[in-house]
Amino acid sequence: MSILVNKDTKVIVQGFTGKEGTFHAEQCLAYGTQIVGGVTPNKGGQEHLGKPVFNTVAQAVKNTGATVSMIFVPPAFVGDAVMEAAEAGIDLAVIITEGAPVKDMQAAKAHATKHGMKTLGPNCPGVITAEECKIGIMPGMVFKKGNVGLISKSGTLTYEGANQVCNEGFGITTAIGIGGDPIIGLSYNQILPMFEADPDTHAIVMIGEIGGDLEIQAAKLIKEQITKPVVAFIAGQTAPKGKTMGHAGAIVSGSAGTAKEKMDALRDAGVTVVISPADIGKAIAKVLAK
Amino acid sequence: MNIHEYQAKQVFQKYGVPTPKGIMAESVEAAVEAAKELGGPIWVVKAQIHAGGRGLGGGVKLAKSLEEVRELSDEILGMTLVTHQTAAEGKLVQKLYIEDGADIKDEFYLSVVLDRKLEMPLIMASTEGGMNIEDVAEKTPEKIITIPVDPAIGFQSFHGRELAFGLGIVDKAEQKKIISFAQKLFKLYMENDAEMIEINPLVRTGSGEFLALDGKMGFDNSALGRQPEILAMRDLTEEDADEVEAAKYGLSYVALDGEIGCMVNGAGLAMGTMDTINYMGGTPANFLDVGGSANAETVAKGFEIILKNPNVKAIFVNIFGGIVRCDRIANGIIDATKMTDVNVPVIVRLDGTNAPEAAEILKNANIANLIVGDDLGDGAAKAVAAAKGN
Repeated sequence: MSILVNKDTKVIVQGFTGKEGTFHAEQCLAYGTQIVGGVTPNKGGQEHLGKPVFNTVAQAVKNTGATVSMIFVPPAFVGDAVMEAAEAGIDLAVIITEGAPVKDMQAAKAHATKHGMKTLGPNCPGVITAEECKIGIMPGMVFKKGNVGLISKSGTLTYEGANQVCNEGFGITTAIGIGGDPIIGLSYNQILPMFEADPDTHAIVMIGEIGGDLEIQAAKLIKEQITKPVVAFIAGQTAPKGKTMGHAGAIVSGSAGTAKEKMDALRDAGVTVVISPADIGKAIAKVLAK
Repeated sequence: MNIHEYQAKQVFQKYGVPTPKGIMAESVEAAVEAAKELGGPIWVVKAQIHAGGRGLGGGVKLAKSLEEVRELSDEILGMTLVTHQTAAEGKLVQKLYIEDGADIKDEFYLSVVLDRKLEMPLIMASTEGGMNIEDVAEKTPEKIITIPVDPAIGFQSFHGRELAFGLGIVDKAEQKKIISFAQKLFKLYMENDAEMIEINPLVRTGSGEFLALDGKMGFDNSALGRQPEILAMRDLTEEDADEVEAAKYGLSYVALDGEIGCMVNGAGLAMGTMDTINYMGGTPANFLDVGGSANAETVAKGFEIILKNPNVKAIFVNIFGGIVRCDRIANGIIDATKMTDVNVPVIVRLDGTNAPEAAEILKNANIANLIVGDDLGDGAAKAVAAAKGN
């Protein structure tokens, strides 16, 4: 078992024939992901990477039965692409593109919610169910099959955490990068209950960072609903106040959203909080040995 | 991206949001000319820097004669202003805004920001204008009213009524004015891809007019491509020169005051690396995210920027290659050692895509001062030891 995606998930790529879309679609196909086609306006009817290209998402869905879309269109077109996917009946849009305007994402997410479509990202590495399905840009070889679920705001910390878990002799069920933008799709509080319900996931790694209060909300939910052990790391304990650190979300101003506040809330919820990300693997080994 | 008060007021005026009359000046002479043109009899001389708290820092002063305008302009122009929102070394004042003095009856606070939890813009207002709003939020949160506005329906009259009644504005003519003020402000927030607008204070004059006495605006950097008029207002002298230079190469750089230079891919891992160094008893000299498209050139540039900082005693390169290929980073490190004089120990940890090839490249290059870190913990420990001279 796993969450969100598995070996049977049918995926289309929006921005299929572009440079990024092509490169990563190829990598996903090599990993075993069922990419069944893609969308590039005015290239409908062509074939790309051995898969059909469609002019619209609606046509792609109708002809392939895809339920997930991986979005690689340029930043200015992300909002439009997400809304198109929502109206075409896609269940989950995985938005990889970095730099989409916040206003567009606000409107797109509201529209997706109205149509019952889940979104992931933008500006995220995507989702991977180990050795079954990779929808995104993560290095597939890092993720070995196992019993640990992983959820992270940061892309490279997702790889770092998964790598440590695997080096300790464990593995991953599903790993999800939710992104660190001001408006994001699925977040801790939607994904944690999915891991709780997944019988194959025995422990959860949660990686957060400074800024916003998603981790504080997650701590509340963990306290009330999550029985599986959770190991957490919050990046940015040493970040200076008032500075944006790469992710738009990673900004600390005043007392709201500091690493300390989040770490305290998570500890209070019974989570094993590591101070250094180098200790994620060891902490998982410890909680799973119990 | 942030803009100056005088620029924010230009945007306000374009949308019909009332402000006092004012003119920007870059010299004392120009300031006096501006004051003559405005006519007086009272002027406010205001330092233009990208930070709040200018008044408390001595950067905003009242002048009652042209002679006073001259004296105060001479005093403020060229001064280094330190406020609670600047760094400790303060900011050099290079521009002034000369403004008509207003007949202030009372002061309010009004802002528009994105509420991340509600995922829509939020209008915030308070009767406690002119104060530090963080203090108001902490001590008297009941004095702040918040009105979320769903962009799908836009600013409606009921939003306006909530605002007017929330601020205790009872006169019908005044209610109409404050509602129109907020409506225009919301429109310009949406149309210009603003990230935040803050007016503190928004004043009510003796004759019942509402004026934006101050104006702060920040914009969504991801949207600047479609906002050419806003982008043209960018003042690079207000930004950190090294950060601007780094951004040209797709690097995200923030200087800190420690001893270990960091070069990492991904913002989260970059912060995590700083945290690990700190945990092991060292101090990070910077945040540097080489981004997803790092290559030999950007890595070399990263070294150059890190080494400009004289406090750097060791450099920790920590790359977990996903899209970034480790062999390219390895070649970048070799190029950097050829192009720049890397005179401190460099600890390199490369993992992920093409890591074995990268290890081979670095081994064959035989670079002095290069230490290999096996993983994040090992690399950070070696960097901390190297910075201490061990």
